[in-house]
Amino acid sequence: MTFVQNLTLFVLAAFVGYEIITKIPTNLHTPLMSGANAISGITLLGSVVVAGSGSTALATALGFVAVVMATVNVVGGYLVSHFMLDQFSQRGK
Amino acid sequence: MAGVLGGLPDSVLQFAYLIASVLFIQGLRDMTHPRTATRGNGISALGMFIAVAVTVLWFEILSPLVLAAALLVGGGIGAWLAVTVETTEMPQLVGLFNGFGGGASALVAGAELVDLTATGSGLPVGVTATAAIAGIIGSVTFWGSLVAAGKLHGLVGDSPVSSNVGHVIKAVCLVAALAGGVALVVQPGFAGGDLVPSYWFLIVAASILGIFLVVPIGGADMPVVIALLNSYSGLAAATTGFVLNNTVLIVAGTLVGASGLILTVIMCESMNRSLTNVLFGGLGGDDEMADRPDIYEGNISETSPEEVEMLLDVADRVVIVPGYGMAVAQAQHAVAELAELLEADGVDVEFGIHPVAGRMPGHMNALLAEADVPYEKMRELEEVNPTFSQTDVVIVTGANDVVNPMANTDDSSPIAGMPVLEVGEARSVVVNKRSLSPGFSGIPNPLFAEDDTSMLFGDAKASMQELVNVYKENR
Repeated sequence: MTFVQNLTLFVLAAFVGYEIITKIPTNLHTPLMSGANAISGITLLGSVVVAGSGSTALATALGFVAVVMATVNVVGGYLVSHFMLDQFSQRGK
Repeated sequence: MAGVLGGLPDSVLQFAYLIASVLFIQGLRDMTHPRTATRGNGISALGMFIAVAVTVLWFEILSPLVLAAALLVGGGIGAWLAVTVETTEMPQLVGLFNGFGGGASALVAGAELVDLTATGSGLPVGVTATAAIAGIIGSVTFWGSLVAAGKLHGLVGDSPVSSNVGHVIKAVCLVAALAGGVALVVQPGFAGGDLVPSYWFLIVAASILGIFLVVPIGGADMPVVIALLNSYSGLAAATTGFVLNNTVLIVAGTLVGASGLILTVIMCESMNRSLTNVLFGGLGGDDEMADRPDIYEGNISETSPEEVEMLLDVADRVVIVPGYGMAVAQAQHAVAELAELLEADGVDVEFGIHPVAGRMPGHMNALLAEADVPYEKMRELEEVNPTFSQTDVVIVTGANDVVNPMANTDDSSPIAGMPVLEVGEARSVVVNKRSLSPGFSGIPNPLFAEDDTSMLFGDAKASMQELVNVYKENR
């Protein structure tokens, strides 16, 4: 992948993000934040590769810490949003 | 040697990442309505699971135990925090998680640099430049979020400070971090090779920058800060994606970056302030206010739950305006019960919610949802403002600046031009507050002195609970 291909993805994703997020009602902004937060934990992919395949002890150690932090972000973020959204959707009944 | 799936062509991995990206986008699309939002969150989580699982199985894992331990520790901590947190502590938890994501991105970029130098593969400019950006954004996000969470949790003082020394420190740190980045790009092996010292220099400078950026910002501006840091954590992930040439990192990180940025802009517009002003301005605490004549003198009428009950008895339409005070006192259940009682007696009850009420975007909505208030009852500022003239009673609980009419009348006030809830239009206004002390902006509120306004002094929870009790007795 070249830099320009990466940049293309970045720009297109930014437009998609803008279109979708502007349609989300104020009511859901808190769960949106924690949900988006969890998505930003996607950096876990990078951490996993580095932690698992680090060729030096330092890289492995850095990767380990990164995996722990990113997993906290992912698991915690999704669970918190889930609990919050549950409280919103119960009203429908 | 490669991972379990490593024998398959590279396009399989890319295809799995495409599926994950699509699931993230669909998950966010489902967030546009409360009915589908829970499903959306699940879809997004599924995307994350697929992306992580495929990655683990794909790449050569030299130390599977280290990886498994890290995943278990992180998952355990995350789940424990999510399960044990109180709704009122939600803003700081969201801030904390945010910081972890940003910190992880900075570390991954660093580990990748260390790895590349150690294996002698060299450091191409595309990698070092994006690693420098990921390092700066990631460190600022991590430390900034920790300070923000500390402020929200009451561990760090939350009053706004504006000092020139602080601005100088920030400028020096930013320059130092950028210089580190340039050194990394121009001379990757700078000063002794394997450990990439210029990267770690950049990390230290950016960390100090992150701390000094958030420390001076006051508590009520936290919605902006939290949203902005949210955006940064996404951008850090996206730039890490550039470092690793990973498509799903770029797509997912950018989505989060866009989301956080949009929330930031909404928050700033709701206060009629620029982002620069929020980040560097340091609002409030001005001495000049002391010179103003005491507008409250002799104009304040105090009321009691019994009197408020009588007002409510003859009301056809009631609007409740909650503020951060409701969150602090955890009064949302009492408020919701009051609304429910009134509703049962045929009163039209709605909640008027200002976008920046509370300490994070949508804070009041989340609290009221926890207390079983239907989301149709929560009205945004533009929706509820035209209805105040047909409203009999407005109950303001724990809010101040967001109902201050000076925003519309006094061009010199710090909140001039900020859209406010025009509760003064209603037939009568009951303001529940602990005292007449000014809100975050540091200015008095003429609403309190108006003839149709009466003050119900006391803690939001105690006052609302008493009001509920009195109302029940007199039904």
